[in-house]
Amino acid sequence: MFQGKDLICIRGERLVFTGLGFSVSPGGALVLIGPNGSGKSSLLRMMAGLLKPAAGKMEWNGENALDDFDEHASNLHYVGHHDAVKPVLSVLENVRFWAGVRGAEIDDKNILTALDAFDSKHLADIPGRFLSAGQKRRVNLARIIAAPAPLWLLDEPTTALDRASISLLDKAIKRHREGGGIVVLSTHADIDIEAATILDISDYSLKKIKQGAA
Amino acid sequence: MKQFAFLVRRDLSLAFRQGMDSMMVVVFFVIAVVLFPLGVGPEPSTLARISSGVIWVAALLSAMLSLERLFQTDYEDGSLELLALSSLPLEVTVLAKVTAHWITTGLPLIVAAPVLAVLMQMESEGFLILIVALLLGTPSLSLIGAVGAALILGSRRGGVLLSLLVLPLYIPVLIFGVSAVDGAIGGYEFKAQLLILGGFFIGSLALTPWAGAAGLRQALE
Repeated sequence: MFQGKDLICIRGERLVFTGLGFSVSPGGALVLIGPNGSGKSSLLRMMAGLLKPAAGKMEWNGENALDDFDEHASNLHYVGHHDAVKPVLSVLENVRFWAGVRGAEIDDKNILTALDAFDSKHLADIPGRFLSAGQKRRVNLARIIAAPAPLWLLDEPTTALDRASISLLDKAIKRHREGGGIVVLSTHADIDIEAATILDISDYSLKKIKQGAA
Repeated sequence: MKQFAFLVRRDLSLAFRQGMDSMMVVVFFVIAVVLFPLGVGPEPSTLARISSGVIWVAALLSAMLSLERLFQTDYEDGSLELLALSSLPLEVTVLAKVTAHWITTGLPLIVAAPVLAVLMQMESEGFLILIVALLLGTPSLSLIGAVGAALILGSRRGGVLLSLLVLPLYIPVLIFGVSAVDGAIGGYEFKAQLLILGGFFIGSLALTPWAGAAGLRQALE
């Protein structure tokens, strides 16, 4: 169970959202929508612990997630705007490093299976600098399969992906949820997430709240 | 511990494959020192007198040169966020990156230093102490530099800012490094200077990872 209550986000003296709450149970999915600048990325970074909320609470299985950063971080995978693919390392080395640094067993077979889930097995020996944006994104997504973690935080994961890759991502998310995992993602493109809770962040902006009061 | 070694290995293989960074540092070091005989003239007595100072100042400046890149590339390609979210505490991450930085830049300087000492007509009594002093001093340079490198993330013209932040903090290393070598050449006591350099290293080993990690957290917000 992953929950947030009364979260407030302030970026550069501007109130982005206030009084925001969410709750996702194991196997659940939360889709964040809202216009540019409404705070989707900020909320995801907040969930990852990279950004401290100005106020509010966040709980992971009943325990305060804001307390112990390292503990919380070990439960989650975060996919941000950058793909963290090193140009001079091969795809296999890149994924192997990210799996290893999380303390996962480093077995090349596991890593190849993870790459295969995003149809990137044939890229294994290619250095990162020769990858296209979409291929980099697929490698980044393979990384989160190579070292399992119950919570996936995906910030616009479909960016640069083609239709076939999006459906692979769909499948990966489905498998993750069937295993009791939680997915939170923000998106502009259409991605079919079954039985997902939709959270429109713009409902929590100051403007909307003032309109509601008036 | 396993992950620490993992991160150091990854940074080393990145450095070796990109190659240029650590080569550049050594070449800069050599060129900077070679300029002095050309500038002040070739008299052996003049060169010998300034040799330890010149080598130390050049070492300080070349250590600065590569610091800007210490966290910059990881910051730009998103690796830093993921490192912060890995099971490794950020302080240990800083320490691992500093270790790799010292191996790729500090160690080559120490190898090149005796050759330059010969060029600068340094008395041979100073050679061993120069190497020992550099061995104790250069890790402190990397450690202190890491704090500066973390603080400049995201700023424009970071390199210049980094020099302004870090060079003043290098002064103690410079003073005691030079005076240890001069002491050995002049036949004076030099143990105290080496002990102070060692103390400085241990002090920065204990403090700078925390400061560096705090700087990185600030940059990631």
